[in-house]
Amino acid sequence: MTAKQPIVEMRNIVKRFGSVEALSGVSMTVRKGEVLGLLGDNGAGKSTLVKTLAGVHDPDQGDIIVRGQKVSPWTPMAARDAGIETVFQDRALAPQHSIVTNIFMGREITNGLGLLKVQEQIDEANRLMREIGFTSKVFNPESTVGHLSGGERQGVAIARALYNKADVIVLDEPTTALSLTETQKVFRFVEAVKDSGRTVVFIGHNIYHVWDIADRFFVIDRGRTAFEGEKAQFTGADHLIQLMHQLAETGKADTTSLRPVVDAVA
Amino acid sequence: MAETTTAETTATSAIDKRGDQSAWILFYRRNGRALNAFITFLLVWGFFAFNNPTLFLIPGYYNAFLFSVPATIIITTALVFVIVSGEIDLAFPSVMGAGGGLFMYMVLYGVPVLVAAAITMALGAAIGFGIGAVVVWGKISSLVATLGLNFFIVGLVNLLAQGRNIEARDAVGSFGYRFFTSRWDVFGLQVPNHFIIAIVWTIFCYVLFTYHKFGVRVQLTGDNPESARQMGINIDRVRIGVFVFSGLAAGLCGVILVQTANMVWFPTSGKAYLLIALAAVFVGGTPVWGGVGTIWGAFFGALTITLIPSGAVGAGFAGFWTDFMFGLVIILSMIAHRFSGARVR
Ligand SMILES: Nc1ncnc2c1ncn2[C@@H]1O[C@H](COP(=O)(O)OP(=O)(O)OP(=O)(O)O)[C@@H](O)[C@H]1O
Ligand SMILES: [Mg+2]
Repeated sequence: MTAKQPIVEMRNIVKRFGSVEALSGVSMTVRKGEVLGLLGDNGAGKSTLVKTLAGVHDPDQGDIIVRGQKVSPWTPMAARDAGIETVFQDRALAPQHSIVTNIFMGREITNGLGLLKVQEQIDEANRLMREIGFTSKVFNPESTVGHLSGGERQGVAIARALYNKADVIVLDEPTTALSLTETQKVFRFVEAVKDSGRTVVFIGHNIYHVWDIADRFFVIDRGRTAFEGEKAQFTGADHLIQLMHQLAETGKADTTSLRPVVDAVA
Repeated sequence: MAETTTAETTATSAIDKRGDQSAWILFYRRNGRALNAFITFLLVWGFFAFNNPTLFLIPGYYNAFLFSVPATIIITTALVFVIVSGEIDLAFPSVMGAGGGLFMYMVLYGVPVLVAAAITMALGAAIGFGIGAVVVWGKISSLVATLGLNFFIVGLVNLLAQGRNIEARDAVGSFGYRFFTSRWDVFGLQVPNHFIIAIVWTIFCYVLFTYHKFGVRVQLTGDNPESARQMGINIDRVRIGVFVFSGLAAGLCGVILVQTANMVWFPTSGKAYLLIALAAVFVGGTPVWGGVGTIWGAFFGALTITLIPSGAVGAGFAGFWTDFMFGLVIILSMIAHRFSGARVR
């Protein structure tokens, strides 16, 4: 593979909620074509970081640079227009509405007058639901989302992230509450996205899972970057787990055990 | 992709299962709230008609009804947008009053009626924008903000009018006046133009609510504002938009009110509509919690609420029964709407 260029750079992001500082100067780069595993304890600030990446939070300090350009104002629509789609931890669905309406939330297919192209939306929703294979039980795109199971709702949120053919797809704990088979589907989905040359940011608590699918790891701790490294820098999943244990116990991970980066910039 | 094939097979069978449901059941599932509102109207009408069949079968009996119902229809259907977005507008009566007054001034100063009507709607929208701005940018609950603004605007209008009526009887009979109030004889029933305007308006609202980006975003904002925001919907703009829309509708209603009063504006113009229009929205099947609603339900809700006072008298009840019947219909229709769906989360 050729050198992976940065697609999004978050620089020195600070985000406060009242007196709580959820992020205290985190810099994270997302590179084209990689699967980035974002790890950290509960409350470490992972969701806050990806919500900032998605334009939902306006950082108190710091810049967001997309393809070399600073984008401002950085809003949810600006992030989506820049090709970043997010499956939020809370799924961000409208439970009283249909699968189609949810898939096209904020990105309705309309004609020049702003009127919906209803059939086109239904066809596209059908295609997306089929593509991700979350179709087994409830397939009717006009089913109400509030009547779906947790896994099915997850499918709707993933289908929505897929529709725009985004360059970066962010998944915030996509496998929590999913069965083994559904989890496998999510992994296959992540691989398919990667194979198409696109980028995935994946948050998960099962480190073995994240180890299997990610190329690079970014670990945060209480709002700060703890350490980051490419998969090749670790001796294995246990190495990563050992560092994270160390981080949890001593508040600091000893990264001297990481191998040097082999193909830094080829 | 062997996976896809199996998924597809099960999926098709799921569709087939749904396809088994009769067209009627599907229609009810989609339009249950509107249908319940329609049935409520039929039941209320049927109850009155049963008590005095001869009167209720004379087409001419409904002339007064058709003359007074359009303003209620127009404001009720517009309020659906506000309620569905998760807000409430208690200031629309003052915009009706202010709109009617501004309209009369324009007519008195020689502005043609139709031009004055168009300007009044624009002014109504502008006042609505102001109300929306106070609610959204001032971050005040719309219940409190519009309650206060209603008093404020009514007070302002009364100060300007010094408590006097405004009359422009010269404009009676002008083209613009006839545009609103001419009647068409349909088998002995006098259908006024402004009733036709109300029907066209309802169709417009229906399309806007169901098939336009704006209406869909109003629904999504009301259903889950945080989700809507996260997916890039500018929920502040949507919320201001619903107040602009209700202001525009209130402007149009203000115009219609003075026209149907033979070009006389009273300082109390519009005041009576506050509770009537809100009751009509809810009797019409739009739930209080936001996110979903129905325009045709609101249409039938407006018909039901308007029918009660005159219908009760026509059916032989003394006038003091009216409030009791309002209450009864509101409570019973709320119970009926429970069957067409509790809140889905
Ligand atoms: N909207 C908010 N208002 C106030 N505090 C918040 C808000 N969002 C997050 N926080 C706080 O910021 C910190 C980081 O939260 P965040 O949701 O980013 O953690 P996380 O790493 O995603 O955790 P988890 O693994 O449990 O999802 C927490 O202390 C949380 O309480
Ligand atoms: Mg989280």
